[in-house]
Amino acid sequence: MNAVTLNDRSLSEVMAAPETEQLAANEPVLPTRRTPLFETEGGKRFLEGVVNGVKATIPPVLGLVFFVALWAIIANTGGKIPGPAETWTAAVDLFSDPFYDNGPNDKGIGWNILNSLTRVGIGFGLAAAIGIPLGFMIGRFAFINQMLSPIISILRPVSPLAWLPIGLLVLQKAEPASIWVIFISSIWPMVLNTAAGVQRIPQDYMNVARVLNLSEFKVFTRILFPAVLPYVLTGVRLAIGVAWLVIVAAEMLTGGVGIGFWVWDEWNNLNVAHIIIAIFIVGIVGLLLEQGLMLIAKRFSYE
Amino acid sequence: MQSYVQIENAGMVFSTRKGKFTALTGINLNVEQGEFIALIGHSGCGKSTLLNLVAGLLDASNGVLLLANKEIRGPGPERAVVFQNHSLLPWLTAFENVHLAVEKVFGGRETSAQLKARTRAALDLVGLSHAAAKLPGEISGGMKQRVGIARALAMEPKVLLMDEPFGALDALTRAHLQDELMKIVAATKSTVIMVTHDVDEAVLLSDRIVMMTNGPAATIGEILDVGLPRPRDRLQLAHDPHYSALRSQVLEFLYRRQMRPQEAA
Repeated sequence: MNAVTLNDRSLSEVMAAPETEQLAANEPVLPTRRTPLFETEGGKRFLEGVVNGVKATIPPVLGLVFFVALWAIIANTGGKIPGPAETWTAAVDLFSDPFYDNGPNDKGIGWNILNSLTRVGIGFGLAAAIGIPLGFMIGRFAFINQMLSPIISILRPVSPLAWLPIGLLVLQKAEPASIWVIFISSIWPMVLNTAAGVQRIPQDYMNVARVLNLSEFKVFTRILFPAVLPYVLTGVRLAIGVAWLVIVAAEMLTGGVGIGFWVWDEWNNLNVAHIIIAIFIVGIVGLLLEQGLMLIAKRFSYE
Repeated sequence: MQSYVQIENAGMVFSTRKGKFTALTGINLNVEQGEFIALIGHSGCGKSTLLNLVAGLLDASNGVLLLANKEIRGPGPERAVVFQNHSLLPWLTAFENVHLAVEKVFGGRETSAQLKARTRAALDLVGLSHAAAKLPGEISGGMKQRVGIARALAMEPKVLLMDEPFGALDALTRAHLQDELMKIVAATKSTVIMVTHDVDEAVLLSDRIVMMTNGPAATIGEILDVGLPRPRDRLQLAHDPHYSALRSQVLEFLYRRQMRPQEAA
């Protein structure tokens, strides 16, 4: 409220000032007064939106300020960690040419991010292609559920990197091995969420299908699939988070071009500013992936 | 002449973890074509179970159920069900929900234009033409239930089964839908079996009221012939001594002779 009244006064003063001068100079007739922005309905709504926007941005901005301040204090006292300013300069420098290519061990940051995303995309895509149908079968048929649930219970809690040696052994190469790690660690959320979704379809919907005598195809396209879709998307969202978590660690071990390898490379160069930048990149890309899927999920929610 | 729906000595036993649970036993009921039957009883008396037996959603443990001299095996569109909580598919519009049923029943014989016309006619019958393109989430509870009724009627069922169709609605909406249902049933001459726990609803709508004893091992306690002339008007009936007598007979059965077990104890 305070901000609005303050704004109003300053605005009206500014607008009124030249008009009064003109009046004194020319004629005594009052010119038709143009309604100021803040008095129209649209203007009021606009100002309210601005005020609400400011109010909503204060807490996160404050959080970031505290974070950066804390970071600066730690950097100043320790001496080994570069401060925010130093990191920012390094980041500007880094992103000024993201796609240079000086041989296999020296590529721009853009190439590294794209390579990591490609690996995540392939591993995650394979996991979705197998995990989602598998989840449907587990949810639909109690026999398959009982058959697979002990295996899933044992394999699911295994740390993703424990799968890397198996991948290297079987696939012989680093690239498919890291994709394998992504695949095996991101498949579980999709299998389990899809299965849970199928099992939680309200009995009412299945009764409708039975009374109407719908064919299996119609049951799948009109009832099972749309009913389970939100659960599938939750699984996909969790899985992409896991995949992105795992890629950094996998690439550190396998090498090649990728954000994880890049972190390790910069550690060997003792370029700590770049490591901090990498942490932010990983965080921001992960956030974007998840937010993107949230948007898709919202589109398919019927509640 | 044989009755349209025949239930002979039907019983239902569920296997639970604690052993066998007898829900229904010795049910004998004949329903004539065009008759409106209300099933009434306390909650847990198995009236929904009986309806599900007729619907074919459950298989009777013993006894026989016949529809037009054919044994009822499994659910089918000739016994359309209006579920208690509308059971519309939330990702389909009102039109699509009804069309799904129409397509299934008449899809083999009629053109797509005819199917669409049937769907529109069913929505028109319940006064919802204007809401055809709306999703269930965008319309009120009463409208959803009307779409559910339209879906069931559009299938042109031999028997219309209704499981407490107005139970979740407020009193005013419920009265409105009851009046509409009476008009629709009079126009379509449908055979209806309706589960209800509302005494006024049972007396107002039905030709006969089937009163069930308390479970477990529930059965039919008494059958009351309503015999009020149609068309019925709820305002006139409120002052009708015959109506009041019927009403108190049902209440007498439910609250004197079949007191709820927990209250009787």
